[in-house]
Amino acid sequence: MRSAVSRIITPLIDQNPISRQILGVCSALAVTTALDTALLMSAALTIVLCLSSALISLLRHHIPHVIRLIVQITIIASLVIVIDEILRAFFFELSRALSVFVGLIVTNCLVLGRAEAFAMRNPVGPSVLDALGNGLGYSLILILVGSIRELLGQGSLLGFTVFQTQTDGGWFQPLGLMQLAPAAFFIIGLLVWAIRAIHVDQVEPSGQAATPGGGLR
Amino acid sequence: MTDLLIASIFQENLALAYFLGICTFLAVSQRVATAVGLGLAIIAVQTITVPVNALILNGVLIDGAWRWAGLPDVDLSHLRLVAFIGVIAAIVQVLEMSLDRFFPRLHAALGSFLPLITVNCAVLGGSLFMAERQYTVPEAAVYGFGSGVGWALAIIAFAAIRERLRYSDMPDGVRGLASAFLVTGLMSLGFMAFARVPL
Repeated sequence: MRSAVSRIITPLIDQNPISRQILGVCSALAVTTALDTALLMSAALTIVLCLSSALISLLRHHIPHVIRLIVQITIIASLVIVIDEILRAFFFELSRALSVFVGLIVTNCLVLGRAEAFAMRNPVGPSVLDALGNGLGYSLILILVGSIRELLGQGSLLGFTVFQTQTDGGWFQPLGLMQLAPAAFFIIGLLVWAIRAIHVDQVEPSGQAATPGGGLR
Repeated sequence: MTDLLIASIFQENLALAYFLGICTFLAVSQRVATAVGLGLAIIAVQTITVPVNALILNGVLIDGAWRWAGLPDVDLSHLRLVAFIGVIAAIVQVLEMSLDRFFPRLHAALGSFLPLITVNCAVLGGSLFMAERQYTVPEAAVYGFGSGVGWALAIIAFAAIRERLRYSDMPDGVRGLASAFLVTGLMSLGFMAFARVPL
């Protein structure tokens, strides 16, 4: 029981997929201009991650080693197609905002990375817990970045006004930069700094560049 | 066409404006030499895969593509993800084998990067953008080449900056990953200036 809990808790901050393992960064940056797209993307990725881990772990004794990557990608791609169609059917506006990034879950290194590093070697139960933990860790960063960017860029959260903007007669001057690409890089960079200020053991030795922990590509 | 080429290199830079391939971007940018190798490999793969995927999309997958065979209602466009990733994997494999056969020295330089490219989101992303914006096959070829050049340009410049930064005295928490993100942010800010260039 203890190990089950720690399997979910550890990837939240200590082994966070984005800030520590450098997995799945692309989509994390792209979909965070507003909180609602960030939430939808987090949900889609967590579901795909859990299902693919369960399926791959279930099939792990039957997948030939040589073609395992192809099998894994096919399983993930099929799941992503299902999710993509569901999003188009029920959340059409939001899925247009996410554009190609739902499809890009196929090549999200987080999904493939956990399949390769964990689900191929472990039974179904722990694999699903590991997937859930990593999915939640990813969601945590996305929700945080999405909230910051929407709050400072538009003065609202999930579309509800928090700071009255000057165009609506309030005092808040929205920071246009927050809606643009560079802001996402800055916020994640500062977030990594903040995490490392608390977890001093994650600080990288000087005179040496970053080594991705478990990065698949 | 020139507009599309310039826009895909600078204004819609895959790495700095759309965050595609950022994992590879951060992981394989320690040295300029490796960044050049990876950049060249990406240009080659993008230039081939995007037009081939455009051909397949327009010839096989879109709504009504099977009308000539008497099947006007067949719409296979939901299969495009699987088709694209399959095409990319196959082309990368063929490219690797033909490089090995005809240009062994180039293969030795690029060899280890080619398999990684299959799962690089810049490559799949390029094809998906092509599908979403409904480029024709010649446009897709130009877009593939341009987006590849843009990505290569970004990673080579980034690797050059990182080589200089390696021995700089930064606060402990910033060193490594955090500084990489901040530098990429500054580069992205610089590339935003191109968005103002009228074409």
